[in-house]
Amino acid sequence: MHGLNFDIAHLLAGSLVLISLVMLYQDRLPALINIYAFHALFLSLSVAWQAHINNAPHLYITAAIALLFKAIFIPLALHRMIVRLGIHREIEAVASVGPTMLAGIGLVGLSLSVMLRVTTDADLLAREDVAFALSVLLIGLLIMVTRRNAVSQVIGFMSLENGLVLAATGAKGMPLVVEISVAFSVLIAFIVIGIFLFRIRERFDTVDVHALDRFRGERR
Amino acid sequence: MALIADLAVQGAQMSLVVLLAPAATGIVRKAKARLLRRQGPPVLQPYRDLLRLMRKDVVLAENASWLFRAAPYLIFAATWVAAALVPTFGAGLLFSWSADLIAITALLGSARFFLALAGMDVGTSFGGIGSSREVMIASLAEPAMIMIVFSLALLAGSTQLSTIAEYMMSPQVGLRVTLGLSFVALMMVGIAENARIPVDNPATHLELTMVHEAMIFEYSGRHLAVLELAAYLKLLLYISLIACVFAPWGLAPANAGWATLTIGAAAYSGKLLLGCLVLAGFETTIAKMRVFRVPTFLGAALMLGLLGTLLLFVSRGL
Repeated sequence: MHGLNFDIAHLLAGSLVLISLVMLYQDRLPALINIYAFHALFLSLSVAWQAHINNAPHLYITAAIALLFKAIFIPLALHRMIVRLGIHREIEAVASVGPTMLAGIGLVGLSLSVMLRVTTDADLLAREDVAFALSVLLIGLLIMVTRRNAVSQVIGFMSLENGLVLAATGAKGMPLVVEISVAFSVLIAFIVIGIFLFRIRERFDTVDVHALDRFRGERR
Repeated sequence: MALIADLAVQGAQMSLVVLLAPAATGIVRKAKARLLRRQGPPVLQPYRDLLRLMRKDVVLAENASWLFRAAPYLIFAATWVAAALVPTFGAGLLFSWSADLIAITALLGSARFFLALAGMDVGTSFGGIGSSREVMIASLAEPAMIMIVFSLALLAGSTQLSTIAEYMMSPQVGLRVTLGLSFVALMMVGIAENARIPVDNPATHLELTMVHEAMIFEYSGRHLAVLELAAYLKLLLYISLIACVFAPWGLAPANAGWATLTIGAAAYSGKLLLGCLVLAGFETTIAKMRVFRVPTFLGAALMLGLLGTLLLFVSRGL
């Protein structure tokens, strides 16, 4: 067996996948944002634990960035944003929960079976991280596909980015500069998307992206 | 001599579950009432209810078939056997070799099958509605239960409850995300199977929501008493199952002396009391769900079971 160090890393990374799946069926925006904050918190814990067992102090900075920006700053900003958009009490019609959840589980199974087979000669923790990171990433894409509300699509995008950070943690030797710049580019993307959301609302009176199809001239 | 002692222990277990089952339900009811700042019925009230029902005459519908009269005893027997198989205070019982999680699931499944048939037997619409809802819930709860059994069996290398309990007490368990997921999933399945609050309300006869009460609506007298006792036993079974698998501390090992068995019994009553209080607390903090949301609730249990198995494969496959 692998010992307690590996078990705790497994526990934290596994919880990350679980929280991604919870995000998939959450239909109230404030709850979705809170779960996203939990997602980022578990990411930060997972990264910090791996920094601890691998003696990699630069990973602590990644964990701190995840904690500060993704678990505290972005959720607070999103809460403010949905209150100002006036959509914080809306219940979003998620397209049928059952098939979506099945698709999510299927994606987890797919990414685990693919990644464990591809990375046979890598480090234990790295293999596990990459496998879980791919499933978090795919579920993030699935969240973006199944949602109609632009804000929840943004949250799907952010959770996808959490998956990328998890993968980068497992990979040895990612320079700190890259990490910091990725973190800041996500922050910038968040701000830009936020501005776009207000523009969309101004123009179309809604943040439901299906309204955009009509204006593009698409027929359904 | 050893055989007689073993038989005595197994007999004690069998009578213990029947004797304790009404008390467990009584404790849950009392705790719920106290949490709502009501006085509540005394803890011994379920015993009195059973006695009163036993003394009453049976009123049978004119078109009730033999199945209607036989079903309560079949259901009670299957549930009793299942409850007697779960180790409560000691692991090394005479029938431990048959205390298999799949066998227990199958026994409960057949009890439910007869209950659903009996609900439809007289042909009233209430019974039919209850049966159809019960079967809908079961069709989701049973796969979730089987997934939990699979992940536990993969971990411990056996579906036998005493082996699983021994494995859980040994230091090689470690910290496993799969166990946490199965624990939550098993609690959700237990809540759904016992018709507790978010799925069904055991305290009302409101036709919009009732499931279990609708099926036993036509029963009276001793038949009703037996069915009620079977329902109490099922609640006790799930609490002991969770205690045995996830909190096996104090469980007496095989061939233990009387002193160890006594410690086991004390630990078991503590765990049972704790389980009842936790259930009561949970039920007072949550609202009843719509029937059409139950599939989502149980789907989450199924998902947790599946995910637990998948994660187990990852940690095993590395």
